[in-house]
Amino acid sequence: MLGWVDTLLQGVLLGGLYSLYATGLSVIFGIMRLVNLAHGDLIVLAAFLTLALAALGMPIVIALAIVVPLMFAGGYALQSVMLNRVLGRNILPPLLITFGLSIIIQNGLLETFSADTRFLNVGPLQGASLPLGGGIAIGVMPLICLVAAVAVILLLNAVFYRTGVGRAFRATSDDVEIARLMGINDKSIYALTMGIALAVCAVAGFFLGARANFDPSIGPARLLYAFEAVIIGGLGSLWGTLAGGIVVGLAQTIGAHVDPEWQILSGHVAFLIVLVIRPRGLFPRAVD
Amino acid sequence: MAVLETRELTACYGDFQALFGITFALDEGETVAIIGANGAGKSTFLKAITGLLPRQAAAVRLDGRDIGTLPAFEIVKLGVSLVPEGRRLFSSLSVEENLLVGAYGRRIDGPWSLATVYQLFPMLRDRRHAPSTALSGGQQQMVAIGRSLMSNPRILLCDELSLGLAPIVIRDIYAALADIKTRGTSVVLVEQDLVHAMSVADRAYCFMEGRVSLSGRPQDLTRDAIHAAYFGL
Repeated sequence: MLGWVDTLLQGVLLGGLYSLYATGLSVIFGIMRLVNLAHGDLIVLAAFLTLALAALGMPIVIALAIVVPLMFAGGYALQSVMLNRVLGRNILPPLLITFGLSIIIQNGLLETFSADTRFLNVGPLQGASLPLGGGIAIGVMPLICLVAAVAVILLLNAVFYRTGVGRAFRATSDDVEIARLMGINDKSIYALTMGIALAVCAVAGFFLGARANFDPSIGPARLLYAFEAVIIGGLGSLWGTLAGGIVVGLAQTIGAHVDPEWQILSGHVAFLIVLVIRPRGLFPRAVD
Repeated sequence: MAVLETRELTACYGDFQALFGITFALDEGETVAIIGANGAGKSTFLKAITGLLPRQAAAVRLDGRDIGTLPAFEIVKLGVSLVPEGRRLFSSLSVEENLLVGAYGRRIDGPWSLATVYQLFPMLRDRRHAPSTALSGGQQQMVAIGRSLMSNPRILLCDELSLGLAPIVIRDIYAALADIKTRGTSVVLVEQDLVHAMSVADRAYCFMEGRVSLSGRPQDLTRDAIHAAYFGL
């Protein structure tokens, strides 16, 4: 019994990490209808950037504080220099570009950092845990990760639903032609969107490295988890994305509890089950 | 002097040419109607002016300045605002948010604000937190007009205001339009509804197959002339 409670708790905490993976993807798709196949690799790239800065001797939190704006700037540039040129009715060109980007990032990281497995050293927090009584304890880092996931979504929702720029984001997502008529420069909205998404990737990369090992090849699997979380949650809702991340996380830990070999598989199975029962996800936006 | 002019304006959708050299002028404070059958190029004309369609640099002039190379989001800042055909409200935004987005490109001081738009359309105030999709067609048209007014346009381009609306609602919309005109706004009115268009217009252009087939003041245009220019018979 206690084992199951523990499993469920760990699943929810793991879901926090997955929803961090997925939030950026959800924002990009929600506003631009762009599928970013390099998303997982960008998360890994952010983890390596943080690692490199920390290796220079700076505290890991400072490294993160530098990587977040760095990734924002990178996303802004990527969108305005490259992706804005191919965004249009045809979804294939941006898909191919991000696919190419994924390969370039993986190989670039392999060339620079080798295939060695790394982790981010967060000091005494690394293995710290909070006893909850009854023999159950939760890790401090996983807890901070879940809190960060919720905080990121709260922050993004505050921007999207409480500010004038946020209204412009949603208006652009609804009808880009009319948004232009209102004086909104859709290209710069898109560049900001990619910047925001990659800033979230930086946070996700930090927790990826702080919770587990990483190497240049693990991006595509993160992308898959992120995709599943977005689809399970329902397109267009960030809280749905959080729920989707938690569903994948729960399914994986429950699967692993039954048999460690089933961890990854049961996440995918949960995804397929949700697709069969609720093809539009758990919390689809009312109007598509 | 004309505030808005087009000279030999042509426009295409890909390989399909929809406008064949439209020369048009709108004076300060004037209301001009553009009439014509479906597919005559009326909406295309408004899209070309507002920058939603590519056009030639010198073909569109505002206050004597070429605006043909400016993107759509810059043109609204100069005071030209379009009420698009079929309303096209932002479906995930509330009524008030739709109006506020209309003020995004506002660079001009003027009479319009949330308060004055609600004065013009009082029933929108009660429904301001409702999703825009929950409104009736007439109310949606009011939001669309209000949204365009929020940028304080000097020139308001209206595409098929009466489309799909009940006669009594159309009367309200046209009453509001008269109110808007009294504030000095110049209006271009694209309509298939001849009677309404002619009743408020100072001048009218009739389009046929992408060309101006007739123009003049409504009282000078005979029924037969309009009929011929409209249908090409």
